[in-house]
Amino acid sequence: MRYDAIIIGAGMSGLAAGIRLAMFDKRVVILERHYVWGGLNSFYQFKGRQFDVGLHAMTNYVPRGSKGKPLTRLLKQLRLKHEQLDLYEQSFSLISFPSANLRFDNDFETLRGEVRRAFPRQIDGFDALTREITAFNELDLDAPQVSAREIVRRHIREPLLEDMLFCPLMFYGSAREHDMDWDQFVVMWKSIYMEGFARPQQGVRHVLSLLTNRYRELGGELRLRAGVKRILTREGEAVGVELDSGEIIEADNVLSSAGLVETTKLAGGAGVPPADIRASRPDEVGKLSFTETISVLSEPLQKHRPEADATGKLSFTETISVLDAPPKTDATIIFFSNRDRFEYRCPEDLCDVDSGVICMPQNFKLPKPIDPLVRITNIANYAKWTALERGDGSSEVLIPSEWKVSGIRSQVSGNAKAIPETRYPIPDTSKTNTYTQAKQNFYERSVAAVTPAHLPDFRASVQLIDMFTPRTITHFTGHEGGAVYGSPKKSRTGETGINGLTLMGTDQGFLGIIGAALSGISMANRWVLKEGAVSEPIA
Amino acid sequence: MNDAEIKQAIIDIISDIAPDEDTSNLKSDVRLREQMDLDSMDFLDIVMELRKRYGVNVPDTDYMQLATLDSCVNYLRGKLVAKTARV
Repeated sequence: MRYDAIIIGAGMSGLAAGIRLAMFDKRVVILERHYVWGGLNSFYQFKGRQFDVGLHAMTNYVPRGSKGKPLTRLLKQLRLKHEQLDLYEQSFSLISFPSANLRFDNDFETLRGEVRRAFPRQIDGFDALTREITAFNELDLDAPQVSAREIVRRHIREPLLEDMLFCPLMFYGSAREHDMDWDQFVVMWKSIYMEGFARPQQGVRHVLSLLTNRYRELGGELRLRAGVKRILTREGEAVGVELDSGEIIEADNVLSSAGLVETTKLAGGAGVPPADIRASRPDEVGKLSFTETISVLSEPLQKHRPEADATGKLSFTETISVLDAPPKTDATIIFFSNRDRFEYRCPEDLCDVDSGVICMPQNFKLPKPIDPLVRITNIANYAKWTALERGDGSSEVLIPSEWKVSGIRSQVSGNAKAIPETRYPIPDTSKTNTYTQAKQNFYERSVAAVTPAHLPDFRASVQLIDMFTPRTITHFTGHEGGAVYGSPKKSRTGETGINGLTLMGTDQGFLGIIGAALSGISMANRWVLKEGAVSEPIA
Repeated sequence: MNDAEIKQAIIDIISDIAPDEDTSNLKSDVRLREQMDLDSMDFLDIVMELRKRYGVNVPDTDYMQLATLDSCVNYLRGKLVAKTARV
């Protein structure tokens, strides 16, 4: 049987594209290498508990009835009701730096007020930047690529504020080190600062079951453990794929979410890519990868008491004393840097624990409480992680024995002076020879790096630990270099230089769950449903 | 199909495309875009649904005819046959 379309990858973009095609009676099959769908936004079970991979929050949250927003556009294209997503908003989030912090939530005025409080002389520049962002049409695929840093600096003269505003946007979506393309910056600014964060009660698996169920109801076919070995082309035209098993599947269209460089490789380097990606080389696979640790707590975090926690922690004392408003732990997400100059780049060490994202999903306004946990994401060096030897036995991260000292929590929140400085020794940085050792070491260091500067010490409450490294990302997604945000080069229109082969997902330049799904939708519409022949209806 | 049925067919399509919209009080002579959050992608869906459900092809030069419920009815009069309606 010949399909109208083959979709490579059952992530958000693949599932959304599949729904669109199946909705209009196209014969479509989604091929997923892994035994579970979701791609970068998946889920798993560990020691009897359910975890999400990747998902901190859904960005782009707007309430029902908001006009012309990505979320409402997505809902209509997939014909879902807003309430079906079962979304609950964040409490608030923090950008936490040594010399300042900024709070934001799903009301843009909160961030604006915080900028005025912490950087009163920058507020006019902030407003001018906001106007420029609002006026920019990020959907114009032909807009020239310019540096976001350059444009932001025309308005924001304080480097600390500039770095703080970039921090969440880069962590949630920059494939480029230090800078972002302006259009990407605008997309992220709108989706994070002007729209907002939310989460379904059940996390990402709820979104995924909604999408897979809809796809199957419409007659779409989903094949798991069906890795694509090759994209077959004939005279510059995609005609199907060959699976790892040797099976050949033919189709008129192939939509790939495997990534730009990866897809080009699958097609044997055939075709002439469009100008914007022509310069792409295999070494331009994204360099930015992450580690992620999850700590399940026995009880929720206590409220932060900065003066108590700061005592006796020499490495943090100075840092904490310059904060003008202490972070509170009912925050949903904390974007932190232990340096005022924010460094968003591939670290020389295995992992940069001094900046990252802390997520506490229990702090979304969920109707039913969930297990309290702290999720810390740091930038990591893919090459260093993959070069490590496996080591003996399991690579499970263990709870250090010093963390289990009884009564420690009451001391932390009570008489802090009683806590000896050496209660939690900083892990020995030399003990990272094997993968197992490195995981243990960097778990402990990533926790040490955020407490108590950004949230109160939770180590005595840790019940269960899990950790992802760049190795895990490549294993689960096939993205080269463990690159979460793909290649810095994006094919905005999805074109690959091969007729019938379209790129979607991360390397098309859309980010987050909503962005990825919209990318799949727009590519399915543009290249399969419209067949490239329909102009804009009813302007 | 008579005019009322054609109008209902369009409303049914809109209700399926935008399940969050209230389609019970749509005015027939006001542009649909002004009454609901519909963009060009949604109008493309209306066109595709017309083809899927009723076998009607609306060339892109005729999209302007779908601006209001009244203009939809005028344009589609005689073109819609209910036989193949399905969801």
